[in-house]
Amino acid sequence: MRIFAKVPNINFMAQRRTGLIVSSLLTIGVILLLVFRGLNFGIDFTGGVLVEVVYPQSVELDSVRQDLAAGGYHKPTVQYFGGTQDVLIRLAPEDKASSSEISAHVLQALGAEQKNVQLRRIEFVGPQVGDELTVNGSLAMLFAFIGIALYIMFRFEWKFAIGAIAALIHDAIMVLGFLSIFWVEFDLTTLAAILALIGYSNNETIVIFDRVRENLINQRKGTIYDVVNLSVNQTLLRSVITHVTTLLVCTALFLLGGASVHSFSVSMIVGVIVATYSSIYVSTGLAVALGVSREDLLPPEVKEIDEMP
Amino acid sequence: MQPYATWKYVVLIVVMILGALYAAPNLYGEDPAVQIATQSGDPLANDFGDVVSKSLVTANVQAKRSDLANQQWLISFNDEAAQRTAADALKRDLGNGYVVALTFASKTPEWLRSIGAKPMTLGLDLRGGVHFLLEVDIADVQKKAVERYLTDLPAFLRKQDIRYTGRRQTENAVQLDFADADKLSAAKSALSKEYSELTLTVPPASPMTLEAKMSDIEAKRIVDFAVKQNLTTLRNRVNQLGVAEPLVQRQGQSRIVVELPGVTDATQVESLLGATATLEYRAVDESDASVAAATGIVPPDDELFYTRDGRRPVLLKKDVIAAGSQLVDASSTVDQDGSPAVSVTLDGSGAKKMFDFTEKNVGKPMAVLFKEREVVTNYNAKGEPMREHRDVEEIISIATIRGVFGKRFQTTGLQSKEAHDLAILLRAGALAAPVDIVEVRTIGPSLGADNIRRGFQAAVLGLAMVMVFMIIYYRVFGAFAIAALVLNIVLIIAGMSIMSATLTMPGIAAMVLTMGIAVDANVLIYERIREELRDGQTPHASIEAGYDRAFLTIADANVTVLIGTIVLFAMGAGPVKGFAITLALGIVTSQFTAIVGSRSLAYLVFAKRKLKDLPIW
Repeated sequence: MRIFAKVPNINFMAQRRTGLIVSSLLTIGVILLLVFRGLNFGIDFTGGVLVEVVYPQSVELDSVRQDLAAGGYHKPTVQYFGGTQDVLIRLAPEDKASSSEISAHVLQALGAEQKNVQLRRIEFVGPQVGDELTVNGSLAMLFAFIGIALYIMFRFEWKFAIGAIAALIHDAIMVLGFLSIFWVEFDLTTLAAILALIGYSNNETIVIFDRVRENLINQRKGTIYDVVNLSVNQTLLRSVITHVTTLLVCTALFLLGGASVHSFSVSMIVGVIVATYSSIYVSTGLAVALGVSREDLLPPEVKEIDEMP
Repeated sequence: MQPYATWKYVVLIVVMILGALYAAPNLYGEDPAVQIATQSGDPLANDFGDVVSKSLVTANVQAKRSDLANQQWLISFNDEAAQRTAADALKRDLGNGYVVALTFASKTPEWLRSIGAKPMTLGLDLRGGVHFLLEVDIADVQKKAVERYLTDLPAFLRKQDIRYTGRRQTENAVQLDFADADKLSAAKSALSKEYSELTLTVPPASPMTLEAKMSDIEAKRIVDFAVKQNLTTLRNRVNQLGVAEPLVQRQGQSRIVVELPGVTDATQVESLLGATATLEYRAVDESDASVAAATGIVPPDDELFYTRDGRRPVLLKKDVIAAGSQLVDASSTVDQDGSPAVSVTLDGSGAKKMFDFTEKNVGKPMAVLFKEREVVTNYNAKGEPMREHRDVEEIISIATIRGVFGKRFQTTGLQSKEAHDLAILLRAGALAAPVDIVEVRTIGPSLGADNIRRGFQAAVLGLAMVMVFMIIYYRVFGAFAIAALVLNIVLIIAGMSIMSATLTMPGIAAMVLTMGIAVDANVLIYERIREELRDGQTPHASIEAGYDRAFLTIADANVTVLIGTIVLFAMGAGPVKGFAITLALGIVTSQFTAIVGSRSLAYLVFAKRKLKDLPIW
């Protein structure tokens, strides 16, 4: 099966300025969104109590809220988790009360005994653990960025490294923006997805960079602009196909993996789509804008004999 | 086209066979089983198997297998009814001193087991259980240490006849005031000899004050000691719970993770983990205790206790000489003669009372009484564990006082193992640093089972969709990629099983994600082959060029994903670590399967044929 009979010839680099400007504006916009709206942090980060219960039949969230209010819990977050029998309850962190006391109280308030409510899980996270995780999570992202940047500098060149890192930051921010807009819970697994995504999205960039280098070495004519355009076109098909397969498996996870991997699969799906764009316009576009030249990537020439004494 | 080197096929086939062998145990499923260990953690007796089989015969239960595994006796049964009957019988027959736990045993056949093949460990999110994260209160540990110096240092100076005019405690140091510089320097030199772990300085603002602060090494040692002490105590407690495969592990500087698979009543466990054991040094009443034990008539100043080893009755005085809270350190060591001993350090107030007591009682015996709340686990008719508390008070050591001592002393005349055990018990009984439970996660067994089912379904659907897509798009080459992908999954499972890595729900997600990423390598190669064909290369040259040129690109791309997973592994805990391990393993194996695996197939099928075109589109 062929989607394209021949290598496409799209002038990607013609819009590279527009691409960079649009990306920058979008990134700034999403940063503002993150600052003002924030993320729907899960209890891994905020601390607190999370209770997941299953009712023998469908249950109204309002009746669950009423039960909890009667039990003295006035501001719980109550939502369906998967189906309408599965309910997730989140309580703000409380001082002093031990986790088991809280869980016993909650179950009592829900009338677990009489209504045959089954406990699926209770998670209690102290506030100090949450704070620490926020710090560690941010550090983890930073270290991942630095590690990847160093590797690209070692394998390619610093202008590419800057382009690649810009794309990674762009992708991570876009995914966070999506999670913020749709108020998807951000927990430890979501963080894992974003870190995996950073590696994955960089995949794209590296494939293009690799091809740029190869073309620069093989074809000594043509501007850097042409070479980059050609390379993006040559790798475009591969990008599309890879994204299709990755999207397929992530969709499978999203559909069948259950609620506990929802935010993971959503982050991956969004990230994969964003990465396609950013590998062309952010990483490659920025590297070109920074003035990547043929000399930057060619192996050093052997010195001529006339330099001999 | 050169045929692919024979040795590469050999490697591939060997890897395939090994992968299949080591992944196989995961297919066999599990039998209900009973696991037995000694409470003390000692190895089981040599004839333990006979004891077990006798008990099983009496209870009329048929065991499927019964043997020693990792210092624990594991007996598997055909059904759960037999398992419970056997557990009850064994608990009754073995009595105290053993932990009998219900568990599952893999059905992996003997020949696979003999090459070390075993199934993957499932994380708590897949099999249910409780996860606790406990934090040792370091600030409190350090504050108490400073408080001890506040009484110890002045007491030492008084003994040396060096007068001080005042003492106080600052946040992390002790300050002593002196009348003149001579006394200060005398105190400084005397203290620095006796307390080498302290840093002594004179604050510039007050030249007649000596400030004693713990050195960084000492401060760290104290915290270390407190955490280790808690670890020991927690392990002892957890062993009593009768839980199979519990995990008690230090995490970071001051935290301890406790994971109990299969346990769902977090409440009871929590109260148990929070409770502390104590100990008391008491004088021994040398009159005959057997009379008191037989008649139940105990002298008014005495109390009757039994020794931990041998259950011998002993009368102890009611007065407590020193308590666990006054114990600073206890470690097994060797005395001057090179024989095993336990070295004990008491704090200032404990040392003073010990000194006063030993001064008047040289040649008389002194005992250590250990008090602990123990949990007894029984199973009700439905097989649910019923845990009850029981207070245990036992004598763990009786020794004759050989001289007058206070702060530091040794208990000698012990076997090496006895010394080791006594030190552990003393540490467990010393008032442990306060521990806060900072995280509790309880996962019900139904959620765990659901997670496995869902993860499996998602993986199958993902694989099916990728398979259909690849075969439609790349035809025969798509089939090669799928074969490589299946081998990759087998290798991930085999690798996880060999490394005893834990499979978690995020780990399953990582496996599914790996399918997408692993196929990427093939896509990269195949697109390259198509490109070469378009450029007019011969089919054979195209295959070769495709594989050769794509290799480095794939490696580069994989390294960057690996960087991300290494960071995740370093910072993550529990399920996320599982994600990182699985993804990292998947990427490494995909580099092999997607390139060597699919290339071998391509060469095997096409190398010797005359081709005009390739069935790749």
